[in-house]
Amino acid sequence: MFFPVIRPMLAGLALGLSAACTLPAPGAAPADGIFDPYETRNRATHARSKAVDRRVIRPVALAYADTVPQPVQEMVVHFADNLAVPGAVLNQLLQLDLGGALHNGVRFGLNSTLGFAGVFDVAAEFGIYEDEADFGQTLAVWGVPEGAYLELPILGPATERDAVGRVVDLLIDPLNTIARPESLYLKLPKVAAKVGKRGRYAASVDSLFYDSADSYAQSRLLYLQNRRFDVGVSDRAISSTADGEIDPYSELSGAMTDPYEELYGEQ
Amino acid sequence: MKSYTENSDMFRRHFLTRAAAGVTASVFALPALALTTGRARSLVDQLVADINRALSSGLAPGAMHAEFERIFRRYADVPTIAAYALGVDGRRASAAQKRAFQEAFIGYIARKYGTRFRDFAGGRIEVDEVRQVKSFYEVSCTAHLPGEAPFAVDFMVSDNAGRDLFFNMKIEGVNLLLTERTEIGAMIDRRGGNLDGMIQDLRSSG
Repeated sequence: MFFPVIRPMLAGLALGLSAACTLPAPGAAPADGIFDPYETRNRATHARSKAVDRRVIRPVALAYADTVPQPVQEMVVHFADNLAVPGAVLNQLLQLDLGGALHNGVRFGLNSTLGFAGVFDVAAEFGIYEDEADFGQTLAVWGVPEGAYLELPILGPATERDAVGRVVDLLIDPLNTIARPESLYLKLPKVAAKVGKRGRYAASVDSLFYDSADSYAQSRLLYLQNRRFDVGVSDRAISSTADGEIDPYSELSGAMTDPYEELYGEQ
Repeated sequence: MKSYTENSDMFRRHFLTRAAAGVTASVFALPALALTTGRARSLVDQLVADINRALSSGLAPGAMHAEFERIFRRYADVPTIAAYALGVDGRRASAAQKRAFQEAFIGYIARKYGTRFRDFAGGRIEVDEVRQVKSFYEVSCTAHLPGEAPFAVDFMVSDNAGRDLFFNMKIEGVNLLLTERTEIGAMIDRRGGNLDGMIQDLRSSG
């Protein structure tokens, strides 16, 4: 139903987005790999999201993790993950990643049948794990630049490219072909799975959100590094220092201090 | 005559000391020149065995932190990681402040990563492959957690410190050096640039 609209939209999208994404001025690419011209607004959004987490999401997530039995939590996650596979396959096709599409196709087939509509992750037993793909990644493959860092209300960190990707993923999800209200029921496990993860990894998320000296800077760095790793496409507009191949020995031996000499050399 | 003997004795003693120093230096320098994929891998094999033991031990949080502190001291190039985390602020730190920072930093890392790894309890890490990057080695591993898709954990290994040690770690692309430089920088800012204040805060964070 959506497809006649989508085809011309996709065609113009890559070109349009290249122009629409905010880009650092030529020669002004940030050395730390973080391009955040909307920092003031982003920080305000981050503070509001944290307040919602503290008051609502965190308590609900902890209660969920405590009361729902572990196997049931895992089933919810498997079911939700399985529903995301058709969208991933569509994106892999758009990226011409036929191997990935086949891998996920097999996975979806196994889990939807032997795995009782995805409740059990049978494919994982065969070593066929989920191979995530989304439209933000597709845009990266098509050469659309990452754009500025954004903090979205409740949804959290994104970049301009990924924010557009999220919207497009909602629109092109093959599950949309399922009629309402069934399609809406299918969204519930997704939310439950998200809440479950917040509960399960409470220690890590809490330490990031509430123990960091600057939780905004930490979330931003974590998201950008992890996202670039997942997308696997390097962005030449952003410096490579943030890619992680840091050689501290050459940096520290330069203008800065030699930690060994400073610490032990003066005995 | 006598003085000549004394001189020659002196000369000989100096020569021997120097020769001994030279031999010692080359004995220590030789293996340092020869970090290989095999040695990088064996370091990470031992490191991962220790982490896996800690993950399956079911230790209480306090004991887990102590275990991670031991692992960190044994396998990590702590002075380099600490100096990198301190960043440009290290230029104005005194030697005493640097020492205090490094000690506080070890405890902080052990508590913080001890907590993060507690979420990994019941999981295990497997060593996959080693590749050379610039002057160091990157050892790629895969972490397996129950009910989760496996994910990448990498250790960067160097012998720059005279021993084979890891100086950086990446979990799904998120690396420790950048994360901690950002965090320590934010802690210094929060204290208005006061290093002693930051060190005091660091002793109770993580």
